[in-house]
Amino acid sequence: MLDLKGVDAGYGAFQALFGISMRVNAGEAVAVIGANGAGKTTLMRVISGMLPASSGTMTMEGSDLRTTPPHKVVELGIAHVPESRRLFPRLSVEDNLRLGAYIPSARAHFAERLDYVYGLFPRLKERRGQFAGTMSGGEQQMCAIARALMSKPKLVLLDEPSMGLAPVIVQQVFDLVRRIRTEGYTVLIVEQNVSQVLKVADRAYLLEVGRIVQSGSSAELAASDEIRKAYMGI
Amino acid sequence: MFGFFSSLDCSLDIFFVEALLNGVLLAGLLALLALGLNLVFGVIDVVWICYAELVMIGMYAIFFFVQTVGLPLPLAFLLAIGLVAIAGLLLHYLVIRPVLDQPPINQLLVTGGLLFLLQAAATMAFGIEFRNLGLRLGSMNIGDMSFSWSRIITFAVAIAAVVALWQFLTRTYIGTAIRAISQDRQIMPLMGVDQKKVYLATSAIGGGLAGLAACLMVLQYDIYPQIGLQFGPLTFMICVLGGLGNMVGGFVAAFIIAQFITIGGSCVATEWGYAVAFLFFMLVIFVRPQGLFGAKS
Amino acid sequence: MITQKHIAWAVGLTALLLLPLLIRLMFPDTDRYYLHLVIQILIWAFIYTGWSMMGRFGLTSLGHGAFTGIGAYVTVLLWNFAGITPWIGIPVAMLVATLAGLLVGYPCFRMRITGHYFALLTLAFTEFVRLCIIGLRDWTGGSLGTQPTRYGDGLSFYAVQFEPNRVLAYYIVLAVWLIGLMIWVKVDRSMDRYALDAASQDEDAAASVGINVTREKLKITAVSSAMCAFGGAIYGQYQMYIGPETIAGLGVSLNIVFAVIAGGIWSLMGPTFGAVFTQVLAEGLRVGLRGSETLSKLLGQSALALDTFIYGLLLVLFIIYMPKGVIGTLAERFRQK
Ligand SMILES: Nc1ncnc2c1ncn2[C@@H]1O[C@H](COP(=O)(O)OP(=O)(O)OP(=O)(O)O)[C@@H](O)[C@H]1O
Ligand SMILES: [Mg+2]
Repeated sequence: MLDLKGVDAGYGAFQALFGISMRVNAGEAVAVIGANGAGKTTLMRVISGMLPASSGTMTMEGSDLRTTPPHKVVELGIAHVPESRRLFPRLSVEDNLRLGAYIPSARAHFAERLDYVYGLFPRLKERRGQFAGTMSGGEQQMCAIARALMSKPKLVLLDEPSMGLAPVIVQQVFDLVRRIRTEGYTVLIVEQNVSQVLKVADRAYLLEVGRIVQSGSSAELAASDEIRKAYMGI
Repeated sequence: MFGFFSSLDCSLDIFFVEALLNGVLLAGLLALLALGLNLVFGVIDVVWICYAELVMIGMYAIFFFVQTVGLPLPLAFLLAIGLVAIAGLLLHYLVIRPVLDQPPINQLLVTGGLLFLLQAAATMAFGIEFRNLGLRLGSMNIGDMSFSWSRIITFAVAIAAVVALWQFLTRTYIGTAIRAISQDRQIMPLMGVDQKKVYLATSAIGGGLAGLAACLMVLQYDIYPQIGLQFGPLTFMICVLGGLGNMVGGFVAAFIIAQFITIGGSCVATEWGYAVAFLFFMLVIFVRPQGLFGAKS
Repeated sequence: MITQKHIAWAVGLTALLLLPLLIRLMFPDTDRYYLHLVIQILIWAFIYTGWSMMGRFGLTSLGHGAFTGIGAYVTVLLWNFAGITPWIGIPVAMLVATLAGLLVGYPCFRMRITGHYFALLTLAFTEFVRLCIIGLRDWTGGSLGTQPTRYGDGLSFYAVQFEPNRVLAYYIVLAVWLIGLMIWVKVDRSMDRYALDAASQDEDAAASVGINVTREKLKITAVSSAMCAFGGAIYGQYQMYIGPETIAGLGVSLNIVFAVIAGGIWSLMGPTFGAVFTQVLAEGLRVGLRGSETLSKLLGQSALALDTFIYGLLLVLFIIYMPKGVIGTLAERFRQK
């Protein structure tokens, strides 16, 4: 579904990603793990078009992502739940969801999608009139995911959904990720919480200072000594 | 310059009430003026210093369509609104867009340069004489008080426009995007929103509101090239008082400022009404720099 | 030690001192007009330098039209109605302007009003002063403006009137302008400058290293408003006419900021260059366009506003294409080569 070959990217003169090649097949859940500053967020931003890649090829179901303008990437079926949620704090929950359905194909089914995400997250329905910024961290994460699902995406990019949440809530967030997997979405997830994410994902890539240094099935990576030592504290 | 208050005397209560109500009527127009500017600032984060000059262009356009071309008034109004909306669009596309990455002061100045340019253009096209359409709408008398119909109509239309805009902003997708964009510009593309289009739409609506204000102002005021200098600073003041970009705040602030102007103006002289309004404004901002209704940042 | 810089200054200064002579030689019949132009440039250059004291530290005030207005009007009104000589009147006017500046500045700086808000708030102050001037029409002549009462033949030390003698006027404003440059250099070399630079970049960080941001800003506001008031007063004494739109109001404020941005806000000569540029441009357009018979036949009365039109257009183009000012942009081009 998603295919990256030799992708470089950076901020001005600073190069943050070096020759990234990876793929995500339909129906899979793929994890990207790595230390702080490894370039995980940068990778997500490159895929969703927020940051242009400087070289390499990048396709989504055959469409060239590098020539697609950023606001058209959603229309190809990629929804990005950004790091630290980035809800519109002074808009109501429902207005946030409405923006999630901004693209023409989603607008037509707004009511239907709204019912669908309220079904997934009944909590949001209770809070729909409330300013998104006044909800708890866990609720905000739900809202951010729900907003992404409003566009009826094929691929959901999740950037550290458990960030800044209490352990109990983190557990709920991973349950949530499982839920959306079973709903049939393809998932690409970035996480610091390596042991948890490897339980959810089918495959994983390990990113170190902008390069992919290891990849394989979750079970393989979870068994690797280096990863256990460096990222799982075992 | 402003014929709107005869030399009333404050000791007469009935005149005070009349001034108060006239203030309410004036507030409708000021609220409309502030609305367009606030909308543009809220979305694009740029102050159109030449906003009142767009209104002036609209007023001259109506004058031209009616007096020179001989069009009926309603058609002239529609054309003027469309024309100023296009002017707003062009203003954004040609002038604002190239300076979006520059420091705020340059953005302010570039529209300041436009202020000179538009005034000069109006002078070149129509001269410095005061013009008007010669409309006489009469006035409504309640007891000893009298209110001109032009002001009553202005008030009603302005309020209707405010309500309509509010509906647009809350009920439509692009309206929601307009309200969202200042809260997080970077992630707008993730929603599939094309920021450039939202900016253009906002500029056109801002211009259209200026055009509507022009339609209402020709009912009451003479047209001359410097009329923008009378209303421009007033409009900025109302916007800042209500919290820049805060449309509801601007609405309320318009009512407060209008009272200062009409009551002050009817007690002493027009300039003093304005001067007191500006003084009040500065005092408020010293206490609440974010404006009366702005959120603390 | 004598450096190249010193030599350049010496040459420039000598040239300026000899300028009236040069003008007389080159334009024997119209030397009064050209001197007038140079005098205007120097007066405005002084005012622009005064503004740039604040402007260069991110305090982009649109309120300086109020200070020039206060300077001009207080001086003239004291002279006309109380017979107080400008030798006292000008310092009083500067004091009034400084107090007004501090009064507006203090809450602004305490509440950390910056950016758009600062610009619009100071704009309101300008408008307030302009409305007061118009409102006090029994003394100020309202929107028609007023004149300082002529003392004798209009050439007087006591009344600080020097308009009839253009050469004298030139040397007076030259001195004023040089004083302005000296103040700029003094500020530039002071510790306050570093404090203000720091504060304009990050107020919290500046405060955390012990800089009293509010006090530093108030100091520079006092200097800046006093300078502009002085410039306004000298303008009134030279022009022998003051009007609410010519020396106060939003138009003046905008012109000040334009000129400094056009000339370059960061360098000593930037504001002066801005004055040369804007005055010559405005005057050139005025003379060139209004003087041209073909144009006035073609456009009739509307030729009257064509200069302002082109002036506005050029300002817009300059900001779009030369955002760093003429000097800054040229310097950048030069360095690239
Ligand atoms: N806007 C930016 N400008 C310049 N450099 C940036 C920017 N954003 C990130 N970087 C740099 O790019 C590198 C990768 O950052 P990135 O945010 O992708 O890391 P990450 O793997 O997501 O880290 P974390 O786990 O902390 O979120 C870092 O060295 C960072 O300093
Ligand atoms: Mg990250």
